[in-house]
Amino acid sequence: MSAVLDHPGDHAHGHAHDHPSGWRRWLYATNHKDIGTMYLWFSFAMLLVGGVNALLLRTELFQPGLQILRPEFFNQLTTMHGLIMVFGAVMPAFVGFANWQVPLMIGASDMAFARLNNFSFWLLPVAASLLIVSYFVPGGATAAGWTLYAPLSVQMGPGMDLAILALHLMGASSIMGSINIITTILNMRAPGMPLMKMPMFCWTWLITAYLLLAVMPVLAGAVTMVLTDRHFGTSFFNAAGGGDPVMYQHIFWFFGHPEVYIMILPAFGIISEVIPTFARKPLFGYSSMVYATASIAILSMIVWAHHMFTTGMPVTGQLFFMYATMLIAVPTGVKIFNWVATMWRGSMTFETPMLFAVGFIFVFAIGGFTGLIMAVAPLDIQIHDTYYIVAHFHYVLVAGSLFALFSGTYYWIPKWTGHMYDERLGKWHFWASMITFNITFFPMHFLGLAGMPRRYADYPMQFADFNAVVTIGAFGFGLSQLIFLWMVIRCIKGGAKASDRVWENAHGLEWTVPSPAPFHTFETPPVVK
Amino acid sequence: MKPKRMADALAVAVLGGWASIAAAIGDMPGGPKVNQLNLTAPVTRIAEEQHWIHWFVMWICVAIFVAVFGVMFYAVWKHRKSRGHAPASFHESTAVEIAWTVVPFLIIVGMAIPATRMVVEQKDTANADLTVKATGYQWKWGYDYLKGDGEGISFLSMLSTPRDQIEDRNYPDAKARREQNPTYLMEVDNPLVVPVNRKVRVVITANDVIHAWYMPALGVKQDAIPGFVRDTWFKAEKTGVFRGQCAELCGKDHAFMPIVVDVRTEADYLKWVEEKKKEMLARTDDPTREWQLADLNARGEKVYAANCVACHQANGKGVTGSFPALDGSKVVLGKSQAQLDVVLHGRPGTAMAPFRQLSDVELAAVVTYTRNAWGNKASDNVVQPSEVTAARR
Repeated sequence: MSAVLDHPGDHAHGHAHDHPSGWRRWLYATNHKDIGTMYLWFSFAMLLVGGVNALLLRTELFQPGLQILRPEFFNQLTTMHGLIMVFGAVMPAFVGFANWQVPLMIGASDMAFARLNNFSFWLLPVAASLLIVSYFVPGGATAAGWTLYAPLSVQMGPGMDLAILALHLMGASSIMGSINIITTILNMRAPGMPLMKMPMFCWTWLITAYLLLAVMPVLAGAVTMVLTDRHFGTSFFNAAGGGDPVMYQHIFWFFGHPEVYIMILPAFGIISEVIPTFARKPLFGYSSMVYATASIAILSMIVWAHHMFTTGMPVTGQLFFMYATMLIAVPTGVKIFNWVATMWRGSMTFETPMLFAVGFIFVFAIGGFTGLIMAVAPLDIQIHDTYYIVAHFHYVLVAGSLFALFSGTYYWIPKWTGHMYDERLGKWHFWASMITFNITFFPMHFLGLAGMPRRYADYPMQFADFNAVVTIGAFGFGLSQLIFLWMVIRCIKGGAKASDRVWENAHGLEWTVPSPAPFHTFETPPVVK
Repeated sequence: MKPKRMADALAVAVLGGWASIAAAIGDMPGGPKVNQLNLTAPVTRIAEEQHWIHWFVMWICVAIFVAVFGVMFYAVWKHRKSRGHAPASFHESTAVEIAWTVVPFLIIVGMAIPATRMVVEQKDTANADLTVKATGYQWKWGYDYLKGDGEGISFLSMLSTPRDQIEDRNYPDAKARREQNPTYLMEVDNPLVVPVNRKVRVVITANDVIHAWYMPALGVKQDAIPGFVRDTWFKAEKTGVFRGQCAELCGKDHAFMPIVVDVRTEADYLKWVEEKKKEMLARTDDPTREWQLADLNARGEKVYAANCVACHQANGKGVTGSFPALDGSKVVLGKSQAQLDVVLHGRPGTAMAPFRQLSDVELAAVVTYTRNAWGNKASDNVVQPSEVTAARR
């Protein structure tokens, strides 16, 4: 309410008042563009931190034997790599995109709740600090795997408590962010824009935000139960006190499976924006895309126990979760077919956003197929908890979410900075990432089929060659991301002036405002015809 | 060229002449092959069916992949602006959209039918010839023969690869040693011995955290859940030694608790049962007898090396921040009753698990050992097995 009352005042004082400078501009930020920028920088910083964790553990795995790390520290690294990448890098990056793009794409002047927006961002650096500080407490960071399975997580030292607290903060941040995004999309669309004419990115985020609202509280519940089991004498997950360790897994994966769609649906949205632009042709099957996204979201809530085929479920349980999981392949297939049909008989050009989008479809499909293979419960018995699953989820999360984030960054960065990025650097970044990604993760399929369990600090000699290849690939992939950083810095500092439309066939309200997008846009709502 | 040779060639090409460690050592008998590309060679029907369904599902996926990306790359090649291709404007087609929803659905039904039959088969643990209990401990396995020939046999099974092959930081020649060991990390002191062509039901549980009993060649993986029993089964159709590992993250030495199953002919199996029973009889200790300090110490050192050394270390100093030192510990130097309490019941909420599964003599010996080893000189320095018997009550 007060935001509305303040508004005439702003105009009376001119713009100096709502243009704070220096550190105040960022700490007190209520502008969706500033907050979006902070989200994006934060998530990139976390990507580098999580990446360093990964490279450390890959260094240990370069050869058999224990050369540089003790196994307990190795476990801390695998755990923190997962937590930081999921909660610190991928999720905030998509919220950053939502902050920048949703108001611009629906013609809103800002997010619905500007101060809530500020709060939900500033919780994240606090949570990240807790995670990083946890390395330095007695016993080190939590080493129970990012899934924090009880009772192993109950055994951990104080690092585990810090991780629980960090998860609570990040969960609260996500919930607030979701409320904001839902309210903005439902209430602040420009006149003449019904839901079924909304850009696909906004649709995917709307559905994602509902998923977040549904499952983040479940995660909070799971980790709170671990906390009380650890310190307050409860026995939720302790059989001796009448609890059940497997119940933790059910609760965790009830959150955890929708979570993987939380990390991929906005990526689908970005790809659905990029491909029509560079194919110079409208998106094929808009409404079936919306329905497919909604079906994926609904199905994602009823498949969680496919992460638990080896816990010893009854036959009916295994069959139900196998069928439901295989069913997800149908709407996912629809999306891929629609993208290919959008490209079909288009007039394509391959600037970096399009390269990453086509690369995304290609590698994401591989991850989708290995997902289908693992959904087959009797076969999953062999490959569950081996490197096969590590390969699978990196194909969907790195080649999926991360490549889509890169695609979106190249696509919209001219609008954000007002400068064109260096196309040569972009192409280098794409090809280096694509090649090293596959060198890193493709051999993991073989390791998994051959039976190498995941989260192993040391392994039999027979696995040595593939592990060496994987480590070399991992360093290549990590270094390739420095090209991206360099591209972004150069693009902020200068470069060719970007036009308002930027791309020849770009459609949507965000391309009607100047580049760079001014601090305030759409103060009077545009009318969509 | 065979796929394996191709993989070797690829590895060499990528690494540019870097000598392949794996090729130098050769395949592991009963374990993974050098640069193995597919599932482990099956020795049960279940594992064979897993191979079959893997190929079945994978070829379907490969066919769809080639078709879809054939179309996509054709478009990428032909329908580009630089070739002067003008964009079409179509953006929907109900018929096509229904087709590519229904056809994938039917393909999935086709995959689910054989899979359903296999799930039912895998879960059928009835009518077993032999029932064995496997218990996961941090970080070893315990086996108890519950029913069938060999009933009553019970032993622990732990990694037999010495630490001087594993830890390069403490043993400079570890690399040279492990490169002589083709079964590195997948060998144990006491394998699980079972008869060939008999249905073996494995009842699985855990003592501390969740572990998983994973035997690729047998097509079996089952989580071991503390406080609950789950079961699985296998019927090995070949004799030989087969190797697997723990598959669920269980803490520090997760990578160091392998599983070895030794499948023998019926006659050899019965012979082994005979020997094992004699051996167990000979080893039975009388917990009521008074033991001498020297005997307890000697026995305790062995128990310590098998159960305690992974965390508390050979020098009793533990690992700062993770595992407390026993050398100079107040508990070890204090009243024996308090120390027995910790050893018997563990410390809930820490990595210190209960060790009730050890015998009274073993517990008395290991407690006595810690009270006299390193710099420790506890006043109450001899703990008799009878005291453990009393403390258990």
